[in-house]
Amino acid sequence: MSELWWAIAALAAGGYALKASGYFIPEWVLERPRVTRVALLTPVALLSALTAVQIFGEGQGLTIDARAAGLVFAVGALLLRAPFLVVVVGAAVVAALLRLLAP
Amino acid sequence: MSHTSDPDGRATEVRKQAWGVGVAVGTYGLGFGALAVANGFSLWQTVALSALVFTGASQFALVGVVGAGGAAVTGAAAALALGSRNAFYGLRMAPLLRVKGLKRLGAAQLTIDESTAVAIAQPTPTLSRLGFWTTGIAVFVCWNVATVAGAFAVDQVSDPQVIGLDAAVGAAFLALLWPQLTTPKARAVAGGAALLALMLTPLITPGLPVLAAAAVAVTAAWPEPRIHHATGREREVGDE
Repeated sequence: MSELWWAIAALAAGGYALKASGYFIPEWVLERPRVTRVALLTPVALLSALTAVQIFGEGQGLTIDARAAGLVFAVGALLLRAPFLVVVVGAAVVAALLRLLAP
Repeated sequence: MSHTSDPDGRATEVRKQAWGVGVAVGTYGLGFGALAVANGFSLWQTVALSALVFTGASQFALVGVVGAGGAAVTGAAAALALGSRNAFYGLRMAPLLRVKGLKRLGAAQLTIDESTAVAIAQPTPTLSRLGFWTTGIAVFVCWNVATVAGAFAVDQVSDPQVIGLDAAVGAAFLALLWPQLTTPKARAVAGGAALLALMLTPLITPGLPVLAAAAVAVTAAWPEPRIHHATGREREVGDE
């Protein structure tokens, strides 16, 4: 089995365990204000970091290229409350056009 | 009080809402299927992720980290950290659903953002249970069908970078993040996390900067919130 398949298996098992834990673990373990606060802010930090690295990362380096233009489009589209597919496809189109016009 | 004035009408409303949510989430599934294949996941790996992992942001995270050159194990760790919120959804749902045995195992797999949100928005426990199950099933069906469709479509494309799919992954993360940026604290955490991840990118292995950014959330969430009326401007207004 490849490394990727192992990661998928581990994520499936771990992800399911997390979902199930809410039904099996006694309430007091999870229902502490600090635990709840960390759990609510963790996705915010991770998604923001993922966005930044995905747009500006180039292996171990940082760069500003067509992806940044895609991100600018995405921000605008989100501000206008555009649906998910418009945001994502639009960002791809902007980046692709820019590469086509200024390779 | 087990009978509402119009039980059938309300139940129909809940079912409609559930499938509406399912179709909307399906568009994310389309994006996920496409981006997973574009980032080097096989068709079967993509399909397995949607069916077995079945929690969108985590799946996007694994694909994003691996696509950016990170180790698969790092991607899985980031994905698991993102999935930890589902434990809290389970905690909310357990007393409402009161499920046992196999049904409990099924309920766990369907415990995601959308099913929990629809369930807790309902006025009665009966409607909450209906909302949870119909939304969970609707999203599961739409998410998986859309994943396959998106994956198939991109399987035909030779060079994903040419059609800008690398930018699309970033846009997808941002779109998932956007609805959560409702408080000043959340926006500060998002900014800090992005900055830290970028600063660490030249220094450590790809994927790890994303994981390290979780520290920003922990740091921000750790202190007990102070409720001083003298200084808590917003809080005072809210209390009136």
